[in-house]
Amino acid sequence: MAGLRELYQNVILEHNRSPRNYRAMPDANREAQGHNPLCGDQVTVRLRVEDGRIQDAAFQGMGCAISRASASIMTAAIKGRTPEEAAELFQQFHRLVTGHPEAGNPETLGKLAVFSGVSAYPIRVKCASLPWHTMKAALDSPDL
Amino acid sequence: MPETGESVRGGSGLLEPASSAAPGRLFSVDAIRRDFPILGTTVRGRPLVYLDNAATSQKPQTVIDAITRFYATGNANIHRGVYALSEQATVAYDQARLRVARFLGASSPAEIVFTRGTTEAINLVAQSWGRAQLRRGDEILVTAMEHHSNLIPWQLIAEQTGAVLRAAPITEQGELDLDAWHRLLSDRTRLVAVTHISNALGTLNPVRELAEAARARGAVVLVDGAQSAPHLPIDVNALGCDFFACSGHKLYGPTGVGVLYGRAELLERMPPWQGGGGMIASVTLERSTWAEPPARFEAGTPPIAEAIGLAVALDYVDGIGFQAITAWEDALLHRAVELVGATPGVRLVGTASRRAAVLSFVVEGIHPHDVGAVLDDEGIAVRAGHHCAQPVMRHFGIPATLRASFSFYNTLEEVEALARGLGRVREVFG
Repeated sequence: MAGLRELYQNVILEHNRSPRNYRAMPDANREAQGHNPLCGDQVTVRLRVEDGRIQDAAFQGMGCAISRASASIMTAAIKGRTPEEAAELFQQFHRLVTGHPEAGNPETLGKLAVFSGVSAYPIRVKCASLPWHTMKAALDSPDL
Repeated sequence: MPETGESVRGGSGLLEPASSAAPGRLFSVDAIRRDFPILGTTVRGRPLVYLDNAATSQKPQTVIDAITRFYATGNANIHRGVYALSEQATVAYDQARLRVARFLGASSPAEIVFTRGTTEAINLVAQSWGRAQLRRGDEILVTAMEHHSNLIPWQLIAEQTGAVLRAAPITEQGELDLDAWHRLLSDRTRLVAVTHISNALGTLNPVRELAEAARARGAVVLVDGAQSAPHLPIDVNALGCDFFACSGHKLYGPTGVGVLYGRAELLERMPPWQGGGGMIASVTLERSTWAEPPARFEAGTPPIAEAIGLAVALDYVDGIGFQAITAWEDALLHRAVELVGATPGVRLVGTASRRAAVLSFVVEGIHPHDVGAVLDDEGIAVRAGHHCAQPVMRHFGIPATLRASFSFYNTLEEVEALARGLGRVREVFG
Protein backbone atom coordinates (compact mmCIF):
# COMPACT_ATOMS: atom_id res chain seq x y z
CA MET A 1 0.00 0.00 0.00
CA ALA A 2 2.86 2.38 0.77
CA GLY A 3 4.14 2.04 -2.81
CA LEU A 4 0.69 2.51 -4.23
CA ARG A 5 0.14 5.71 -2.21
CA GLU A 6 3.55 6.93 -3.32
CA LEU A 7 2.54 6.33 -6.93
CA TYR A 8 -0.94 7.80 -6.64
CA GLN A 9 -0.27 10.81 -4.47
CA ASN A 10 -3.30 12.93 -3.70
CA VAL A 11 -2.20 15.69 -6.05
CA ILE A 12 -2.07 13.15 -8.89
CA LEU A 13 -5.51 11.78 -8.06
CA GLU A 14 -6.88 15.30 -7.91
CA HIS A 15 -5.41 16.27 -11.30
CA ASN A 16 -6.73 13.02 -12.74
CA ARG A 17 -10.24 13.89 -11.56
CA SER A 18 -10.09 17.51 -12.69
CA PRO A 19 -7.29 17.97 -15.18
CA ARG A 20 -6.12 21.52 -15.90
CA ASN A 21 -5.86 22.77 -19.48
CA TYR A 22 -7.86 19.83 -20.85
CA ARG A 23 -9.28 21.62 -23.86
CA ALA A 24 -8.91 22.34 -27.52
CA MET A 25 -6.90 25.46 -28.31
CA PRO A 26 -8.11 27.12 -31.50
CA ASP A 27 -5.27 29.66 -31.51
CA ALA A 28 -2.51 27.09 -30.96
CA ASN A 29 0.44 27.38 -33.33
CA ARG A 30 2.18 24.13 -32.38
CA GLU A 31 0.67 20.69 -32.04
CA ALA A 32 1.80 17.10 -31.69
CA GLN A 33 0.20 13.75 -31.04
CA GLY A 34 1.70 11.20 -28.71
CA HIS A 35 0.85 7.53 -28.72
CA ASN A 36 2.02 4.69 -26.53
CA PRO A 37 1.50 1.58 -28.65
CA LEU A 38 2.03 -0.66 -25.62
CA CYS A 39 -1.06 0.53 -23.80
CA GLY A 40 -2.98 2.50 -26.43
CA ASP A 41 -2.68 5.80 -24.57
CA GLN A 42 -3.06 8.85 -26.78
CA VAL A 43 -2.45 12.49 -26.07
CA THR A 44 -2.56 15.62 -28.17
CA VAL A 45 -0.56 18.58 -26.87
CA ARG A 46 -1.20 22.06 -28.25
CA LEU A 47 0.92 25.11 -27.59
CA ARG A 48 0.88 28.78 -28.44
CA VAL A 49 4.47 29.96 -28.68
CA GLU A 50 4.91 33.71 -29.12
CA ASP A 51 7.73 36.12 -28.40
CA GLY A 52 10.00 33.20 -27.49
CA ARG A 53 7.73 31.92 -24.74
CA ILE A 54 5.02 29.29 -24.31
CA GLN A 55 2.05 31.55 -23.82
CA ASP A 56 -0.51 28.78 -23.54
CA ALA A 57 -0.52 24.97 -23.29
CA ALA A 58 -3.36 22.45 -23.41
CA PHE A 59 -3.92 18.75 -23.94
CA GLN A 60 -6.59 16.24 -24.86
CA GLY A 61 -6.63 12.48 -25.09
CA MET A 62 -7.09 9.32 -23.13
CA GLY A 63 -4.78 7.65 -20.73
CA CYS A 64 -4.29 6.41 -17.20
CA ALA A 65 -4.30 8.58 -14.09
CA ILE A 66 -0.53 8.96 -14.24
CA SER A 67 -0.43 10.18 -17.83
CA ARG A 68 -3.48 12.43 -17.39
CA ALA A 69 -2.15 14.03 -14.23
CA SER A 70 1.28 14.34 -15.82
CA ALA A 71 -0.19 16.18 -18.82
CA SER A 72 -2.27 18.40 -16.54
CA ILE A 73 0.63 19.40 -14.29
CA MET A 74 3.00 19.75 -17.24
CA THR A 75 0.78 22.18 -19.12
CA ALA A 76 0.55 24.33 -16.00
CA ALA A 77 4.30 24.09 -15.37
CA ILE A 78 5.51 25.11 -18.83
CA LYS A 79 3.28 28.12 -19.33
CA GLY A 80 5.35 31.28 -19.46
CA ARG A 81 8.61 29.42 -20.00
CA THR A 82 10.89 29.55 -23.00
CA PRO A 83 11.13 26.38 -25.11
CA GLU A 84 14.66 25.86 -23.73
CA GLU A 85 13.41 26.08 -20.16
CA ALA A 86 10.59 23.63 -20.92
CA ALA A 87 13.08 21.19 -22.46
CA GLU A 88 15.30 21.50 -19.40
CA LEU A 89 12.31 20.87 -17.11
CA PHE A 90 11.57 17.72 -19.13
CA GLN A 91 15.15 16.57 -18.50
CA GLN A 92 14.69 17.05 -14.78
CA PHE A 93 11.30 15.37 -14.78
CA HIS A 94 12.69 12.42 -16.69
CA ARG A 95 15.51 12.03 -14.17
CA LEU A 96 12.93 12.09 -11.40
CA VAL A 97 10.63 9.39 -12.80
CA THR A 98 13.50 7.12 -13.81
CA GLY A 99 14.99 7.31 -10.33
CA HIS A 100 18.15 9.02 -11.56
CA PRO A 101 20.37 9.93 -8.58
CA GLU A 102 20.74 13.48 -9.92
CA ALA A 103 17.06 14.17 -10.07
CA GLY A 104 16.29 17.87 -10.02
CA ASN A 105 15.97 19.62 -6.70
CA PRO A 106 12.49 20.05 -5.24
CA GLU A 107 12.51 23.78 -5.83
CA THR A 108 12.93 23.64 -9.58
CA LEU A 109 10.65 20.61 -9.86
CA GLY A 110 7.89 22.24 -7.85
CA LYS A 111 4.63 20.34 -8.20
CA LEU A 112 6.26 17.82 -10.53
CA ALA A 113 7.86 16.23 -7.44
CA VAL A 114 4.61 14.33 -6.83
CA PHE A 115 5.72 11.94 -9.58
CA SER A 116 8.66 10.65 -7.53
CA GLY A 117 6.76 7.41 -6.81
CA VAL A 118 6.76 6.49 -10.50
CA SER A 119 10.40 5.41 -10.35
CA ALA A 120 9.39 2.34 -8.32
CA TYR A 121 7.16 1.26 -11.25
CA PRO A 122 9.39 1.22 -14.35
CA ILE A 123 6.51 0.25 -16.60
CA ARG A 124 4.69 3.49 -15.69
CA VAL A 125 7.60 5.76 -16.68
CA LYS A 126 6.20 5.87 -20.21
CA CYS A 127 2.78 6.90 -18.89
CA ALA A 128 4.30 9.82 -17.01
CA SER A 129 6.64 10.93 -19.78
CA LEU A 130 4.33 10.54 -22.81
CA PRO A 131 2.87 14.08 -22.45
CA TRP A 132 6.38 15.51 -22.12
CA HIS A 133 7.70 13.73 -25.21
CA THR A 134 4.64 15.00 -27.04
CA MET A 135 5.18 18.54 -25.79
CA LYS A 136 8.80 18.37 -26.98
CA ALA A 137 7.62 17.15 -30.40
CA ALA A 138 5.15 20.04 -30.54
CA LEU A 139 7.91 22.53 -29.73
CA ASP A 140 10.09 21.04 -32.48
CA SER A 141 7.31 21.06 -35.06
CA PRO A 142 6.81 23.85 -37.58
CA ASP A 143 4.17 26.48 -36.98
CA LEU A 144 0.63 25.38 -37.79
CA MET B 1 -22.75 -26.34 -32.30
CA PRO B 2 -21.60 -29.88 -31.73
CA GLU B 3 -17.85 -30.01 -31.90
CA THR B 4 -16.64 -33.38 -30.88
CA GLY B 5 -13.00 -33.52 -30.20
CA GLU B 6 -12.68 -29.96 -29.07
CA SER B 7 -15.37 -28.99 -26.64
CA VAL B 8 -16.13 -29.94 -23.10
CA ARG B 9 -17.06 -33.58 -22.91
CA GLY B 10 -20.78 -34.03 -22.97
CA GLY B 11 -21.15 -31.03 -25.23
CA SER B 12 -22.23 -28.62 -22.51
CA GLY B 13 -21.61 -24.94 -22.94
CA LEU B 14 -18.54 -23.66 -21.21
CA LEU B 15 -20.46 -21.26 -19.09
CA GLU B 16 -23.00 -23.64 -17.65
CA PRO B 17 -22.86 -24.05 -13.90
CA ALA B 18 -20.43 -26.63 -12.62
CA SER B 19 -22.19 -29.96 -12.66
CA SER B 20 -23.15 -31.79 -9.51
CA ALA B 21 -20.10 -33.97 -9.93
CA ALA B 22 -18.06 -31.32 -8.16
CA PRO B 23 -14.83 -30.89 -10.07
CA GLY B 24 -13.01 -30.40 -6.78
CA ARG B 25 -13.47 -34.08 -6.11
CA LEU B 26 -11.77 -35.07 -9.32
CA PHE B 27 -8.52 -33.55 -8.24
CA SER B 28 -7.14 -31.56 -5.37
CA VAL B 29 -6.30 -28.01 -6.35
CA ASP B 30 -4.17 -27.74 -3.20
CA ALA B 31 -2.07 -30.71 -4.25
CA ILE B 32 -1.74 -29.28 -7.77
CA ARG B 33 -0.60 -25.93 -6.40
CA ARG B 34 2.20 -27.63 -4.52
CA ASP B 35 3.55 -28.81 -7.89
CA PHE B 36 4.14 -25.17 -8.94
CA PRO B 37 6.83 -23.59 -6.78
CA ILE B 38 6.05 -20.03 -7.87
CA LEU B 39 2.50 -20.27 -6.54
CA GLY B 40 3.93 -20.37 -3.02
CA THR B 41 5.78 -17.06 -3.39
CA THR B 42 4.73 -13.56 -2.34
CA VAL B 43 4.56 -10.34 -4.34
CA ARG B 44 4.71 -6.95 -2.62
CA GLY B 45 4.32 -8.84 0.63
CA ARG B 46 1.16 -10.67 -0.47
CA PRO B 47 0.68 -14.23 -1.66
CA LEU B 48 0.87 -14.26 -5.44
CA VAL B 49 -2.54 -14.51 -7.11
CA TYR B 50 -1.56 -15.31 -10.67
CA LEU B 51 -4.39 -14.57 -13.11
CA ASP B 52 -2.40 -13.90 -16.28
CA ASN B 53 -2.39 -17.43 -17.62
CA ALA B 54 -3.44 -16.42 -21.11
CA ALA B 55 -0.13 -14.55 -21.36
CA THR B 56 1.93 -17.38 -19.98
CA SER B 57 1.39 -20.24 -17.56
CA GLN B 58 3.52 -21.15 -14.58
CA LYS B 59 5.65 -24.29 -14.66
CA PRO B 60 5.35 -27.42 -12.55
CA GLN B 61 8.44 -28.72 -10.77
CA THR B 62 8.61 -31.71 -13.13
CA VAL B 63 9.16 -29.37 -16.09
CA ILE B 64 11.75 -27.32 -14.23
CA ASP B 65 13.52 -30.54 -13.22
CA ALA B 66 13.46 -31.96 -16.75
CA ILE B 67 15.16 -28.87 -18.14
CA THR B 68 17.73 -28.82 -15.34
CA ARG B 69 18.36 -32.54 -15.80
CA PHE B 70 18.88 -32.14 -19.53
CA TYR B 71 21.47 -29.41 -19.06
CA ALA B 72 23.09 -31.19 -16.08
CA THR B 73 23.41 -34.63 -17.62
CA GLY B 74 22.02 -34.82 -21.15
CA ASN B 75 23.06 -31.75 -23.11
CA ALA B 76 24.40 -32.22 -26.64
CA ASN B 77 23.35 -31.03 -30.07
CA ILE B 78 21.04 -33.38 -31.90
CA HIS B 79 21.51 -35.31 -35.17
CA ARG B 80 24.90 -35.95 -36.72
CA GLY B 81 26.68 -36.53 -33.40
CA VAL B 82 28.36 -39.93 -33.39
CA TYR B 83 28.71 -40.03 -29.63
CA ALA B 84 26.36 -41.37 -26.97
CA LEU B 85 25.30 -38.02 -25.53
CA SER B 86 24.23 -36.67 -28.92
CA GLU B 87 22.35 -39.86 -29.66
CA GLN B 88 20.51 -39.59 -26.34
CA ALA B 89 19.63 -35.95 -26.96
CA THR B 90 18.38 -36.84 -30.44
CA VAL B 91 16.20 -39.62 -29.05
CA ALA B 92 14.80 -37.33 -26.35
CA TYR B 93 14.03 -34.62 -28.93
CA ASP B 94 12.34 -37.14 -31.25
CA GLN B 95 10.33 -38.52 -28.35
CA ALA B 96 9.18 -35.02 -27.50
CA ARG B 97 7.87 -34.69 -31.06
CA LEU B 98 6.04 -37.97 -30.69
CA ARG B 99 4.55 -36.77 -27.40
CA VAL B 100 3.26 -33.59 -29.04
CA ALA B 101 1.80 -35.58 -31.95
CA ARG B 102 -0.14 -37.71 -29.47
CA PHE B 103 -1.29 -34.65 -27.53
CA LEU B 104 -2.74 -33.04 -30.66
CA GLY B 105 -4.06 -36.23 -32.24
CA ALA B 106 -1.75 -35.93 -35.25
CA SER B 107 -1.45 -39.00 -37.45
CA SER B 108 2.34 -38.92 -37.48
CA PRO B 109 5.22 -37.10 -35.74
CA ALA B 110 6.28 -35.93 -39.22
CA GLU B 111 3.29 -33.58 -39.01
CA ILE B 112 4.77 -31.79 -35.97
CA VAL B 113 7.21 -28.93 -36.57
CA PHE B 114 8.87 -27.35 -33.56
CA THR B 115 8.96 -23.56 -33.75
CA ARG B 116 9.72 -20.75 -31.31
CA GLY B 117 6.04 -20.37 -30.56
CA THR B 118 2.62 -19.83 -32.07
CA THR B 119 3.74 -16.62 -33.76
CA GLU B 120 6.57 -18.32 -35.60
CA ALA B 121 4.33 -21.26 -36.53
CA ILE B 122 1.83 -18.92 -38.21
CA ASN B 123 4.58 -16.95 -39.93
CA LEU B 124 5.98 -20.23 -41.22
CA VAL B 125 2.68 -21.10 -42.89
CA ALA B 126 2.24 -17.58 -44.26
CA GLN B 127 5.74 -17.43 -45.72
CA SER B 128 6.11 -21.03 -46.88
CA TRP B 129 2.63 -22.11 -47.91
CA GLY B 130 1.49 -18.56 -48.68
CA ARG B 131 4.45 -17.53 -50.82
CA ALA B 132 4.18 -20.70 -52.89
CA GLN B 133 0.39 -20.78 -53.23
CA LEU B 134 -1.08 -17.29 -53.11
CA ARG B 135 -1.63 -15.31 -56.28
CA ARG B 136 -2.98 -11.85 -56.96
CA GLY B 137 -6.70 -11.77 -56.18
CA ASP B 138 -6.67 -14.87 -53.97
CA GLU B 139 -8.32 -14.25 -50.63
CA ILE B 140 -7.29 -14.93 -47.06
CA LEU B 141 -10.14 -14.91 -44.54
CA VAL B 142 -9.48 -14.06 -40.91
CA THR B 143 -11.72 -12.74 -38.14
CA ALA B 144 -11.81 -9.42 -36.33
CA MET B 145 -10.95 -11.15 -33.05
CA GLU B 146 -7.51 -12.42 -34.02
CA HIS B 147 -4.42 -11.84 -31.95
CA HIS B 148 -1.98 -9.70 -33.94
CA SER B 149 0.08 -12.85 -34.50
CA ASN B 150 -2.75 -14.34 -36.58
CA LEU B 151 -3.33 -11.12 -38.48
CA ILE B 152 -0.04 -9.44 -39.30
CA PRO B 153 1.61 -12.49 -40.94
CA TRP B 154 -1.36 -12.50 -43.33
CA GLN B 155 -1.13 -8.76 -43.92
CA LEU B 156 2.53 -9.24 -44.83
CA ILE B 157 2.00 -12.14 -47.21
CA ALA B 158 -1.01 -10.40 -48.79
CA GLU B 159 1.20 -7.42 -49.51
CA GLN B 160 3.92 -9.65 -50.92
CA THR B 161 1.65 -11.71 -53.18
CA GLY B 162 -1.20 -9.36 -54.07
CA ALA B 163 -3.65 -11.57 -52.22
CA VAL B 164 -6.61 -9.90 -50.52
CA LEU B 165 -7.07 -10.10 -46.76
CA ARG B 166 -10.66 -10.18 -45.52
CA ALA B 167 -11.79 -10.11 -41.90
CA ALA B 168 -15.16 -11.34 -40.67
CA PRO B 169 -16.70 -9.01 -38.07
CA ILE B 170 -17.65 -9.85 -34.51
CA THR B 171 -20.89 -9.13 -32.67
CA GLU B 172 -21.60 -7.00 -29.61
CA GLN B 173 -21.18 -10.11 -27.48
CA GLY B 174 -17.75 -10.68 -28.93
CA GLU B 175 -18.79 -13.70 -30.96
CA LEU B 176 -17.85 -14.30 -34.55
CA ASP B 177 -20.60 -13.06 -36.87
CA LEU B 178 -21.16 -16.43 -38.51
CA ASP B 179 -23.48 -15.18 -41.24
CA ALA B 180 -20.95 -12.56 -42.26
CA TRP B 181 -18.13 -15.09 -42.12
CA HIS B 182 -20.03 -17.48 -44.40
CA ARG B 183 -20.78 -14.63 -46.80
CA LEU B 184 -17.09 -13.71 -46.96
CA LEU B 185 -16.08 -17.29 -47.67
CA SER B 186 -15.96 -17.76 -51.43
CA ASP B 187 -14.28 -19.76 -54.16
CA ARG B 188 -11.54 -17.13 -54.11
CA THR B 189 -10.78 -17.95 -50.45
CA ARG B 190 -7.54 -19.91 -50.43
CA LEU B 191 -6.84 -19.84 -46.72
CA VAL B 192 -8.94 -19.43 -43.59
CA ALA B 193 -7.14 -18.45 -40.39
CA VAL B 194 -9.13 -18.40 -37.17
CA THR B 195 -8.42 -18.37 -33.49
CA HIS B 196 -9.86 -21.29 -31.54
CA ILE B 197 -10.28 -19.19 -28.39
CA SER B 198 -9.94 -15.39 -28.40
CA ASN B 199 -7.11 -14.29 -26.13
CA ALA B 200 -8.80 -10.96 -25.46
CA LEU B 201 -12.37 -12.13 -24.89
CA GLY B 202 -12.27 -15.87 -24.23
CA THR B 203 -14.76 -16.53 -27.05
CA LEU B 204 -14.70 -20.14 -28.25
CA ASN B 205 -15.14 -20.30 -32.00
CA PRO B 206 -17.00 -23.14 -33.74
CA VAL B 207 -13.82 -24.12 -35.51
CA ARG B 208 -15.05 -27.49 -36.67
CA GLU B 209 -18.00 -25.95 -38.47
CA LEU B 210 -15.79 -23.26 -40.01
CA ALA B 211 -13.18 -25.78 -41.13
CA GLU B 212 -15.80 -27.94 -42.77
CA ALA B 213 -17.25 -25.03 -44.73
CA ALA B 214 -13.82 -23.75 -45.69
CA ARG B 215 -12.53 -27.08 -46.88
CA ALA B 216 -15.72 -27.64 -48.89
CA ARG B 217 -14.65 -24.51 -50.80
CA GLY B 218 -11.17 -25.87 -51.25
CA ALA B 219 -9.58 -23.49 -48.74
CA VAL B 220 -6.81 -24.44 -46.37
CA VAL B 221 -7.59 -23.94 -42.67
CA LEU B 222 -5.22 -22.71 -40.00
CA VAL B 223 -6.33 -22.71 -36.37
CA ASP B 224 -4.54 -20.50 -33.84
CA GLY B 225 -4.61 -22.79 -30.82
CA ALA B 226 -2.42 -20.73 -28.51
CA GLN B 227 -5.33 -20.23 -26.11
CA SER B 228 -7.21 -23.48 -26.68
CA ALA B 229 -4.50 -26.12 -26.31
CA PRO B 230 -4.08 -25.41 -22.57
CA HIS B 231 -7.83 -25.63 -21.92
CA LEU B 232 -9.47 -28.10 -24.30
CA PRO B 233 -8.58 -31.56 -25.54
CA ILE B 234 -7.33 -31.08 -29.10
CA ASP B 235 -7.78 -33.55 -31.92
CA VAL B 236 -6.62 -31.94 -35.14
CA ASN B 237 -8.32 -34.56 -37.28
CA ALA B 238 -11.65 -34.13 -35.51
CA LEU B 239 -11.31 -30.36 -35.86
CA GLY B 240 -10.72 -30.82 -39.57
CA CYS B 241 -7.97 -28.24 -39.79
CA ASP B 242 -4.89 -28.30 -42.01
CA PHE B 243 -2.65 -26.35 -39.64
CA PHE B 244 -2.80 -25.93 -35.87
CA ALA B 245 -0.40 -23.67 -34.00
CA CYS B 246 0.26 -23.49 -30.27
CA SER B 247 2.88 -22.38 -27.75
CA GLY B 248 4.76 -24.40 -25.17
CA HIS B 249 4.89 -21.71 -22.53
CA LYS B 250 1.11 -21.37 -22.31
CA LEU B 251 0.92 -25.14 -21.89
CA TYR B 252 2.95 -25.22 -18.67
CA GLY B 253 6.16 -25.78 -20.64
CA PRO B 254 9.12 -23.49 -21.26
CA THR B 255 9.27 -20.37 -23.41
CA GLY B 256 11.05 -20.60 -26.76
CA VAL B 257 9.22 -23.65 -28.08
CA GLY B 258 6.00 -23.87 -30.00
CA VAL B 259 4.34 -26.26 -32.35
CA LEU B 260 3.03 -26.20 -35.87
CA TYR B 261 0.87 -29.17 -36.78
CA GLY B 262 0.56 -29.43 -40.54
CA ARG B 263 -1.25 -32.08 -42.53
CA ALA B 264 1.40 -34.32 -44.11
CA GLU B 265 0.42 -33.80 -47.74
CA LEU B 266 0.56 -30.04 -47.31
CA LEU B 267 3.88 -29.96 -45.47
CA GLU B 268 5.42 -32.23 -48.09
CA ARG B 269 4.62 -29.74 -50.85
CA MET B 270 5.76 -26.67 -48.93
CA PRO B 271 9.14 -25.06 -49.61
CA PRO B 272 11.50 -24.15 -46.78
CA TRP B 273 11.07 -20.71 -45.26
CA GLN B 274 14.40 -20.46 -43.48
CA GLY B 275 17.66 -21.95 -44.67
CA GLY B 276 20.41 -23.39 -42.55
CA GLY B 277 21.69 -26.52 -40.92
CA GLY B 278 19.46 -29.52 -40.44
CA MET B 279 16.92 -28.73 -43.17
CA ILE B 280 18.76 -30.05 -46.24
CA ALA B 281 19.15 -33.30 -48.14
CA SER B 282 22.27 -32.24 -50.05
CA VAL B 283 24.07 -28.98 -50.63
CA THR B 284 26.44 -27.75 -53.31
CA LEU B 285 27.65 -24.19 -53.70
CA GLU B 286 25.02 -23.64 -56.38
CA ARG B 287 21.93 -25.36 -55.09
CA SER B 288 20.49 -27.56 -52.42
CA THR B 289 17.71 -30.06 -51.95
CA TRP B 290 15.50 -30.17 -48.95
CA ALA B 291 15.00 -32.63 -46.17
CA GLU B 292 11.56 -34.13 -45.70
CA PRO B 293 9.19 -32.50 -43.18
CA PRO B 294 9.44 -31.74 -40.34
CA ALA B 295 13.23 -31.25 -40.61
CA ARG B 296 12.72 -29.06 -43.70
CA PHE B 297 11.16 -26.42 -41.46
CA GLU B 298 13.61 -26.61 -38.57
CA ALA B 299 16.72 -24.84 -39.82
CA GLY B 300 19.42 -24.43 -37.20
CA THR B 301 19.70 -25.95 -33.75
CA PRO B 302 16.15 -26.29 -32.46
CA PRO B 303 14.99 -25.60 -28.89
CA ILE B 304 16.07 -29.02 -27.61
CA ALA B 305 15.79 -28.56 -23.86
CA GLU B 306 12.55 -26.66 -24.37
CA ALA B 307 10.98 -29.40 -26.49
CA ILE B 308 11.93 -31.97 -23.85
CA GLY B 309 10.46 -29.72 -21.16
CA LEU B 310 7.28 -29.31 -23.21
CA ALA B 311 6.84 -33.09 -23.46
CA VAL B 312 7.02 -33.34 -19.66
CA ALA B 313 4.49 -30.50 -19.38
CA LEU B 314 2.09 -32.41 -21.63
CA ASP B 315 2.52 -35.47 -19.39
CA TYR B 316 1.58 -33.25 -16.47
CA VAL B 317 -1.51 -31.84 -18.19
CA ASP B 318 -2.70 -35.25 -19.33
CA GLY B 319 -2.05 -36.54 -15.83
CA ILE B 320 -4.74 -34.21 -14.55
CA GLY B 321 -6.90 -34.80 -17.61
CA PHE B 322 -8.98 -32.35 -19.60
CA GLN B 323 -12.23 -33.52 -18.10
CA ALA B 324 -11.12 -32.28 -14.70
CA ILE B 325 -9.36 -29.24 -16.17
CA THR B 326 -12.35 -27.93 -18.12
CA ALA B 327 -14.76 -28.61 -15.25
CA TRP B 328 -12.62 -26.74 -12.74
CA GLU B 329 -11.79 -23.86 -15.08
CA ASP B 330 -15.50 -23.55 -15.93
CA ALA B 331 -16.28 -23.28 -12.23
CA LEU B 332 -13.61 -20.57 -11.82
CA LEU B 333 -14.88 -18.59 -14.81
CA HIS B 334 -18.47 -18.95 -13.70
CA ARG B 335 -17.66 -17.60 -10.25
CA ALA B 336 -15.57 -14.81 -11.74
CA VAL B 337 -18.39 -13.72 -14.05
CA GLU B 338 -20.72 -13.73 -11.05
CA LEU B 339 -18.46 -11.79 -8.65
CA VAL B 340 -16.63 -9.46 -11.01
CA GLY B 341 -19.77 -8.83 -13.04
CA ALA B 342 -21.59 -7.78 -9.85
CA THR B 343 -18.87 -5.33 -8.76
CA PRO B 344 -20.21 -1.75 -9.02
CA GLY B 345 -18.79 0.08 -12.03
CA VAL B 346 -17.47 -3.05 -13.71
CA ARG B 347 -18.52 -3.83 -17.27
CA LEU B 348 -17.65 -7.19 -18.78
CA VAL B 349 -16.26 -7.00 -22.30
CA GLY B 350 -17.17 -10.02 -24.37
CA THR B 351 -20.07 -12.11 -23.21
CA ALA B 352 -20.05 -14.94 -25.72
CA SER B 353 -22.25 -17.88 -24.83
CA ARG B 354 -19.33 -20.24 -25.27
CA ARG B 355 -16.00 -19.21 -23.86
CA ALA B 356 -13.17 -20.36 -21.74
CA ALA B 357 -10.84 -19.26 -18.99
CA VAL B 358 -10.71 -15.56 -19.88
CA LEU B 359 -12.58 -12.62 -18.37
CA SER B 360 -12.12 -9.20 -19.94
CA PHE B 361 -13.60 -6.13 -18.26
CA VAL B 362 -13.32 -2.42 -17.67
CA VAL B 363 -14.04 -0.30 -14.61
CA GLU B 364 -16.06 2.70 -15.73
CA GLY B 365 -14.11 5.93 -15.50
CA ILE B 366 -10.86 4.31 -14.38
CA HIS B 367 -8.12 3.37 -16.79
CA PRO B 368 -7.21 -0.35 -16.83
CA HIS B 369 -3.60 0.46 -15.95
CA ASP B 370 -4.70 2.17 -12.78
CA VAL B 371 -6.97 -0.72 -11.86
CA GLY B 372 -4.11 -3.11 -12.58
CA ALA B 373 -1.82 -1.15 -10.25
CA VAL B 374 -4.30 -1.46 -7.38
CA LEU B 375 -4.67 -5.19 -7.98
CA ASP B 376 -0.89 -5.54 -8.20
CA ASP B 377 -0.67 -3.94 -4.79
CA GLU B 378 -2.77 -6.86 -3.55
CA GLY B 379 -0.44 -9.37 -5.18
CA ILE B 380 -2.95 -10.01 -7.97
CA ALA B 381 -1.42 -10.37 -11.43
CA VAL B 382 -3.80 -9.51 -14.26
CA ARG B 383 -3.13 -8.00 -17.65
CA ALA B 384 -4.12 -4.46 -18.55
CA GLY B 385 -3.84 -3.43 -22.15
CA HIS B 386 -5.00 -4.20 -25.65
CA HIS B 387 -3.83 -7.83 -25.45
CA CYS B 388 -2.30 -7.62 -28.92
CA ALA B 389 -5.82 -7.40 -30.29
CA GLN B 390 -6.26 -3.74 -31.19
CA PRO B 391 -9.08 -4.40 -33.69
CA VAL B 392 -11.05 -6.04 -30.86
CA MET B 393 -10.52 -3.02 -28.62
CA ARG B 394 -11.58 -0.71 -31.45
CA HIS B 395 -14.71 -2.81 -31.95
CA PHE B 396 -15.72 -2.16 -28.35
CA GLY B 397 -14.61 1.48 -28.52
CA ILE B 398 -12.11 1.19 -25.69
CA PRO B 399 -8.32 1.53 -25.63
CA ALA B 400 -7.72 -1.37 -23.29
CA THR B 401 -9.29 -3.84 -20.90
CA LEU B 402 -8.30 -5.74 -17.81
CA ARG B 403 -8.03 -9.41 -18.37
CA ALA B 404 -8.09 -12.12 -15.75
CA SER B 405 -7.29 -15.52 -17.19
CA PHE B 406 -7.49 -18.76 -15.31
CA SER B 407 -5.72 -22.06 -14.99
CA PHE B 408 -6.57 -25.30 -13.24
CA TYR B 409 -4.27 -24.24 -10.39
CA ASN B 410 -6.32 -21.17 -9.54
CA THR B 411 -8.76 -21.30 -6.65
CA LEU B 412 -12.18 -19.87 -5.93
CA GLU B 413 -10.52 -17.90 -3.12
CA GLU B 414 -8.30 -16.22 -5.72
CA VAL B 415 -11.36 -15.26 -7.73
CA GLU B 416 -12.81 -13.77 -4.57
CA ALA B 417 -9.55 -11.89 -3.95
CA LEU B 418 -9.87 -10.41 -7.44
CA ALA B 419 -13.38 -9.19 -6.73
CA ARG B 420 -12.29 -7.73 -3.36
CA GLY B 421 -9.36 -6.00 -5.07
CA LEU B 422 -11.73 -4.44 -7.58
CA GLY B 423 -13.79 -3.17 -4.68
CA ARG B 424 -10.70 -1.33 -3.44
CA VAL B 425 -10.20 0.44 -6.76
CA ARG B 426 -13.09 2.79 -5.98
CA GLU B 427 -11.59 3.59 -2.57
CA VAL B 428 -8.36 4.71 -4.20
CA PHE B 429 -9.77 6.56 -7.21
CA GLY B 430 -13.32 7.24 -5.96
